[in-house]
Parts: sequence; structure tokens; C-alpha cells
Amino acid sequence: MPSILFTLDDLRRILLEAAGAEESVDLEGDILNTTFAVLGYESLALLETGGRIEREYGIVLDDDDLSDEITPGDLIDAVNTQLSATEAQAA
Amino acid sequence: MNERRVVITGMEVIAPGGVGKERFWDLLSEGRTATRGISFFDPTPFRSRVAAEVDFCPTGHGLTPQEERRMDRAAQFAVVAARTAVADSGIDLGSDDPHRIGVTVGTAVGATMGLDEEYRVVSDGGRLDLVDHRYAPPHLYNYLVPSSFAAEVAWAVGAEGPSTVVSTGCTSGIDAVGYAVELVREGSVDVMIAGASDAPISPITMACFDAIKATTPRHDEPERASRPFDGTRNGFVLGEGSAFFVLEELESARKRGAHIYAEIAGYATRSNAYHMTGLRPDGAEMAEAIGLALDEARINGDQIDYVNAHGSGTKQNDRHETAAFKKSLGTHAYRTPVSSIKSMVGHSLGAIGSIEIAASVLAMEYDVVPPTANLHTTDPECDLDYVPIVARDQLVDTVLTVGSGFGGFQSAMVLASPDRSFV
Amino acid sequence: MTAPVVVTGMGVAAPNGLGTADYWAATRGGKSGIGRITRFDPTGYPARLAGEIPGFDAQEHLPSRLLPQTDRVTRLALVAADWALADAGVDPSQGDPLDMGVVTASAAGGFEFGEGELRRLWSKGSQFVSAYQSFAWFYAVNTGQISIRNGMKGPSGVVVSDQAGGLDALAQARRQIRKGTSLVVSGAVDASICSWGWVAQLAGDRLSSSDEPTRAYLPFDREATGQVPGEGGAILILESAEGARARGAEVYGEIAGYGATIDPAPGSGRPPGLAKAVATALGDAGVDAADIDVVFADGAGIPELDRVEAEAITELFGPRGVPVTVPKSMTGRLYSGAAPLDVACALLAMRDGVIPPTVHTDPCPDYDLDLVLHQARPTQARTALVLARGYGGFNSAVVLRAA
Repeated sequence: MPSILFTLDDLRRILLEAAGAEESVDLEGDILNTTFAVLGYESLALLETGGRIEREYGIVLDDDDLSDEITPGDLIDAVNTQLSATEAQAA
Repeated sequence: MNERRVVITGMEVIAPGGVGKERFWDLLSEGRTATRGISFFDPTPFRSRVAAEVDFCPTGHGLTPQEERRMDRAAQFAVVAARTAVADSGIDLGSDDPHRIGVTVGTAVGATMGLDEEYRVVSDGGRLDLVDHRYAPPHLYNYLVPSSFAAEVAWAVGAEGPSTVVSTGCTSGIDAVGYAVELVREGSVDVMIAGASDAPISPITMACFDAIKATTPRHDEPERASRPFDGTRNGFVLGEGSAFFVLEELESARKRGAHIYAEIAGYATRSNAYHMTGLRPDGAEMAEAIGLALDEARINGDQIDYVNAHGSGTKQNDRHETAAFKKSLGTHAYRTPVSSIKSMVGHSLGAIGSIEIAASVLAMEYDVVPPTANLHTTDPECDLDYVPIVARDQLVDTVLTVGSGFGGFQSAMVLASPDRSFV
Repeated sequence: MTAPVVVTGMGVAAPNGLGTADYWAATRGGKSGIGRITRFDPTGYPARLAGEIPGFDAQEHLPSRLLPQTDRVTRLALVAADWALADAGVDPSQGDPLDMGVVTASAAGGFEFGEGELRRLWSKGSQFVSAYQSFAWFYAVNTGQISIRNGMKGPSGVVVSDQAGGLDALAQARRQIRKGTSLVVSGAVDASICSWGWVAQLAGDRLSSSDEPTRAYLPFDREATGQVPGEGGAILILESAEGARARGAEVYGEIAGYGATIDPAPGSGRPPGLAKAVATALGDAGVDAADIDVVFADGAGIPELDRVEAEAITELFGPRGVPVTVPKSMTGRLYSGAAPLDVACALLAMRDGVIPPTVHTDPCPDYDLDLVLHQARPTQARTALVLARGYGGFNSAVVLRAA
């Protein structure tokens, strides 16, 4: 596990900055396993979100990590995997 | 129907691979590519490091040093291309009422290259939040508002009629010509100098397309980087350039014995009202625009000899467009050749629509269909005849050319020989 | 091809009034919206006044999904479009998408958004540039976003001809309606009051250096010394007169005539083209100069340009032959947004029988104009002429007929 953990709250904050939220969607609710498409985020919103995560955490995400078919849970896992890899590299 | 018919009587192209329509056609008909590693700035920090650049010497093409200084590169292209197109048409604009001559210039991103360079200076490399006006050049206003392009072209050719820039993203080059056609048809003008120009190869443009992964990262083989309709395509290659046309009413062009390249027989634009950058896979709105352009031309889909595709080489575009051709042309979509010259000259945003009109006109002129270069691998979603690698000799009397742009714009134009038998 | 096209709705965002009612009350009352710039610190620049729109909170009007991807100019345009559609009594979700289009003008796109991304590019690096930069700053952004928000798939377009573009957009919208589209959202909104936009506007060498809001922008004044830029504009709903009548819509008036020219190259010795643009618009409307009841002038506020416009007006209408006004003396010059706002203003003026004034100007006696000064003047006007001139020599004219 990386020493800095990317959490659902981190993702919520960055999503709101990057792309706002659909009025019909409660981001504070249980969204971990709902696809981004259902939450109202398309690939452009996810590219902006991904770009912000990459810059803030100093990682690089794969193109596949930012599809609207994945869920917040998937993205959080992908970010933490990259964080671990980046730390391992630095160590 | 005695509506005024509009024809192209002069043209010029400035495209990667060479200035001038002859060199442009040589490149296309030989299936060569003009994409290369970016030389304008150090592309190392960028995801995509390949572009289709034009080797262009402003003063070598007749611009004065002051014209060179006050114009952004895209305006320089426009003025040179417009002047040469007028010369090519043999028209004596001085003998016409200048108020009956108008100008349209398509551009997607205007003077973006100049704006990027000047921002770097007035912000002192990004150090100043409040930028320093004392370092701004006097012509910076002309970069702020790109209608300066239309003014420069009008001044260069002596036009004093309705003049404007048409800026509808990546369909600007079709829409600027379509707008001009409407002005000639309705009788507001006798002659239009119409075309498009963009010179977007600058750090800000590369960065914004990097951010949405729209441009290809295939920089290890830049000459093979633009791969429309290929199964391995992964983004477009940014280009630059310009094409201009002289448009006249058919009868007056005939009367003065002009060489008539083609009639602009039909044009339509529609919007997908869906997304600023995304496309629905069904291509419905592009199909709608194609259908309307064919109706206006009174040409059936199965009479189209060649389809000049938008073919940008992104995953979503080529699939969207293929669907639109099937929807609008039916089974004829499988029988008619479809090709993308962006495989050779890249995607010059707003300019490419006019450059593709020029390619379509030259295909009619030489009865040759330009190929889609770099097309080696099939994609089950792109299953039309894309004329891979090698140009094809074939009679070309009617061409459909299309474009698709950020903002949701979908445009289609039908070009035809004015002497076609089925008018 | 010449079926009448009418305005059935308007949405206004102006420095002296947000929303049509506020704008019109301020304008007929002679209330100016020009003041010292607040959106950035203008102290170090040679011009420090602008017409800023106060109190616009985009979050009150637009979904949060749209905010990160839009410049201020697009937010204003989207809200003005919402207001215009509501004013016209049109619910776009009930219309045929392919039968509704959007044609706007732009001068500088989303320039402030672009400034932010250029700053990130040059101060931090290319990977800091937003995904939205690919469209949020470009000239087509307002048309695209209005089309998406309202589900409009019909013919759309964007023209850029500096300050004249606002009228060119209305003419292009009218053309599309005459070709068969029922409704087109048109007009323009511009806004580039940001440090980078300001420096680019300063380069045009036309801005007034005065710090007095009542002395800075004085169209047709003997002491005219320059312009004050502003932000905002108007979005208008255009429909075929027949269609508007069929659905029982209230009509403000008709876009009856249009003409456009561009001045010859500097130094050519040929005359400027404004009078020709007006003559073309009159001919297109089928009216004579004598039929024009009021002129909404461009009012450059620069002596050489004021002279050309005054001469064109007196050439066509005779000395003091028609009331002339410049309500933009209260807003500053809104680039492509200015002329659609003047069109809205002229339609309201004819509806309410009152010509709004040109404020702060002490007219130069060399210009033989009947300027409506200081306070509104009652009128029976039924036909109005709106003029717009853009940097680079663009001249456009529109003739409006009251409903």
C-alpha cells in the first residue's frame, strides 16, 4: 500500500472541481460501484479529472483508467496502484 | 429553376509538403505523407510530438516585411493563397464594382500561434499574472480578433463587399465556402474570395490536444503517424495550411471564358447538439447534412463518384463517419471510394475543410482518387473502400466532402462538374 | 427567398443591466454602467475603465457540470439564450431539433479561459493545460454550447467580424430561416475584461485613458478621445413571421434589411464603405432613407471614425435629417455583443415610443447630426437603422421594422 492513499473523498473533491456534478446525482452517496457514465461523467470530464489527479499526485494513469465504463472504485484502485509503483520507483 | 449556380474558377493550396496546388496534388496522387517530428519548438515535454508543418517563407511568397510582421502565420497563408487563387482565375477584379466582391475566411483557432508567442513575452514566460502591455506588439489586436484575416484578404485582393471570418471549429473550411456560396446565390455579390486558414502548431494547441488524448503519440515513426480508418489508429496529427477559391456565378464565368473547376452544387451544415468534443457512433446528424447537401445538388447518393472523408484518425471519428456514409448513401457507400487526405497532410483544424475541397476539385480535374496513406490494418467498424496506399485512376465528376468539428458541427458539400449529364 | 423574419425573444446581459427589464430601465433613464475595472487591478495600464456586468453569478443559473468547462462569455451567452427562449415562449425540448439552429458572432472567444491556460502552460508546463482548453476559448464555443444545452441540431454558424459581426450573425440567421429553418437563436455576447485581453485591446490603440466614467467614451463629442470596452450583449430569437404568427408569438419587430461592406485598404484613396452598407440595407428592406425614423449609430468615440459615420448619415439622411443615438455610451463597446444589444434596444424603443439617449456627449458642431442627448426623447418610430463598425474596416447595417 502506498503511504499516501487516494480516497473516495479525494476523488469527490477533484471530480467537483474538474467537472461539477449532475443535479440528479448525490456524489456524497454510495457511488463506489456505479459507473461514471451512470453518474453523468463522460470521457472528457474524466480526462480533466484524470489530468488533475496526475498533476496533484505526480503519477501517470493509463488511457484505460479513464473510461466512462469504470467506477469510482476502479479509478481509486488504479490511482493507488500507480502511487505504489511511483513510490517503489523512488525508493 | 433559375437559381444562380456557383462555380469555382480559381484556387490555391498551401499545405504541408509544399506550397502550391501542383505540389499539393503531387503529394496526394503519389500517396506521400508530410507528417514529421515537430520542428517549430521543442516537443519533448508533449505526449504527441508529430505534426504536418508547412515550409513557408513569407517574403518568398510576395509578402512585404511589414505584412509579415503584422500578420499571424495563418493570416500570411490566407493572403498568399487568396492572391494566388485570384491570379489563377484570370479574373480582373479591378473592373468589377468592389462592393460586389466579398470575402470569407474560415479559421478554427485564428491567430493562436501569435497569441501563444506574445503571451509568453508579455507574461515574461508565465511569471506575471498581470501581463505587461509595454511588451505587446502593435498588431496584437489583430491576433485577439481574427476578423483581421478577412480584412487582410479583402485588402490584398481589393474586395469591399461583405467580408467576414467564419469560425465553426473544424468545419470552418467547408462552412466559410458554404457561406460564400449562399451570398453569390442570393445575389448579394458577384464574386467571393473564400477559403480557410489555420496555423495551430504551437505549444498551447499541442498541450490542449494532449490533455484530451486526441492527437497521436506515435512519434517514433512520424511519417506513418496519421492512420485514418486503420485498425491501429490512435489519434490525429495536427497540421496547418490554407486553401482559397474564387467563386462566381456560372453564366458570368462562362461569359468571360473562365476555366471552371467545379460547381458547388450542394452544401448543408447541421449540429449534433450532443457534446463539445464527443460524437455519437451512429453519425445521424452528419448523415442528415449529407442528405440535405445531395438534395440541394439534386444528385442521388449513388451518383457520387468519390467521398472525401473527414477521416481524422481518431477512434471515434472514423467509426462515426463510416456510419454516416452508410446511413446517407446506403449500399452505394460500399461501392464508392472513400479516402482521407489527412493521412498525408494532417488535420489543420479549420483550414482542412477548404484544403479537402481543393483535393476534391483536383480529383475531378485529374480523374484520380487520392489514397488513404498508412492504411494497412482493417477495423471491422470501418469496412468501406478507403483506397489504401495507392491513388486510383477513375472518372470523377461528383464528389462529396464532409467535416466534423468540436462544438458538434457536421457539414457536407457536394461538388460536381457543371456539365454533368444528370442536372 | 424574402419571407419576413422577426424577433420574438431577447435575452440581455449588459453593464448597465442584467436582464432585459433592468437594461431597458437603465438605458431609457440614461444610467451608465461604465466604471473602474474590478475584475483585475488596472492600475498599471494606460486605460482603466470598462463596462463590467455586476452581480452575475453563473451558479444561480447554470448546472455545475457546465461551469468548469466554460468561460464567463459562454456562461453569459447560455443564460441570455435561456432568457431569450423564455421570453419568446419557446420550450426547445418541444421543438423538432433539426428545425432549430444557432448562429452567433464572436470577437475574442473565451479569452479569459485561454489566459488561464496560457498561464499554466508557461508557468507550470504543458501537462497543466485543461482538457477544456480544446474548445472553451475558441470562437465557436457559444454557438456549440447553446446548441447542446437546448438540443438544437439545425443549421448553425459563427461569424467573426469584430464589432460588425453581431449584425452579420443576425443576417446569417435570417438567411437560414428563409431557407426553411423555423427558429434560430442568434446575436452575440463578448467578454474579455482580463489582463491578457486588456493588453490585446490596448494594442488596438483606441482605448480612452480617462479615469472619469463620464468623460472617457464620448461618441460624436468635440473632445472624443477614445473608447471604453465593455462585456455582454444580447441573444435574440429569430423566426419566420409566418411561423411566429401561427404559434401566436408576440413579435418585437422584423429584421427587414441588411447590408455589409469592408473599407478599402488603408492608403488606397478610395472612400469608406459605410454609406454603401446602409444603402444596401435600405434597398434590401425596400425602404427609402426618408422612411428611417431613428438611427442607432456605431459611435466610435474617435474623431476620425466619428467623422466618417457622421458624414455617411448626413449624406443619406440630410443634415439633422433623422434622430441619432448611441446607447452604448452607457455600456461601453461590447465588441460583437454591441450590435445585437442595439437591435434589442431599438426594438424596445419602438415598442415603448421612446428613444434612449446618448449620455455625456457634448456634440461636435462639425457633425450635422440630430443627436438624442442626455435624456430619452418620445418617438413614433416604426423603422430603425442599426449601424455597427469593426476594427479593420467592417461596416454592417440592419433595418428594423416595428411589429
